[in-house]
Amino acid sequence: MNAIKFLIAAYIATWLVHGVYLGSLLQRFSKLRQQLRELGKGK
Amino acid sequence: MKRVFPILWVLTALLLAYGTYQALVVAPTERTMGDVQRIFYYHVPCAWTAFCLFFTNLFASVAYLIRKNVRADALAVASAEVGVVFCTIVLVTGPIWARPVWGIWWTWDIRLTTTLVLWLIYVSYLVLRRFSDTAQTPILAAVLAIFGALDVPLVYFSIWYFRTQHPQPVMGKGGSLAPAMLHAFLINLLAFSVFGFMVCWSRYRLEMLKREVEQAQALESLAGAGARPAASLPLSRSAR
Repeated sequence: MNAIKFLIAAYIATWLVHGVYLGSLLQRFSKLRQQLRELGKGK
Repeated sequence: MKRVFPILWVLTALLLAYGTYQALVVAPTERTMGDVQRIFYYHVPCAWTAFCLFFTNLFASVAYLIRKNVRADALAVASAEVGVVFCTIVLVTGPIWARPVWGIWWTWDIRLTTTLVLWLIYVSYLVLRRFSDTAQTPILAAVLAIFGALDVPLVYFSIWYFRTQHPQPVMGKGGSLAPAMLHAFLINLLAFSVFGFMVCWSRYRLEMLKREVEQAQALESLAGAGARPAASLPLSRSAR
């Protein structure tokens, strides 16, 4: 049984999902901060 | 709090790195399954973290229904979203483990099916939150969350009370692990729990920031709307 490739695949999948999600969180954070700054300038 | 937050993230990353080292290097290789058994060290902690997050979603939803607290609603959204991410990992790593061990990617087994149903319930919760924007949405979502949480004990106890292909629990109900394996498992359980908490906390902060921006935008548009009638007042008078 060549199990090691399945172990590597599972490991990559785990951190790919987490990485993509954390990346989307950072992107949303920076977008909201930008919007807040623009709203502050408008006042 | 702003200074503590990055430090906690660094500590979480170190704990995860130590957990990975324990799972991939230190823990002994299982005799029948071989190296593929090591998937267990992040499959089970991710499932545990998803359950904790769905229970957080339940408590936050009940708190929102009772007190109409905005923070409780934000926590409910955050915990559901992060819970779905962890549940996705469970549904991805499970079949990757099953292929070499069972010879198939998927079977309509009670544990697998109830987990898929759980994932679908919380995805529909997030779809409701994303595409419905009425005052009733948080209430409807909170009710859906209560029904969704009913599936969590069903998933957990399904392997205790039904005939299933899924491996039996390693802790409790007569299950046991070799001490070196147990150590690696507990380290990863702790690491993924802390990681889940940190991600949920970040998502909660994002949700509060989003509401702050929406409130500021609403105030700005109100101020704009307030300025217009005043400007148009002489015109409307002159029209009479």
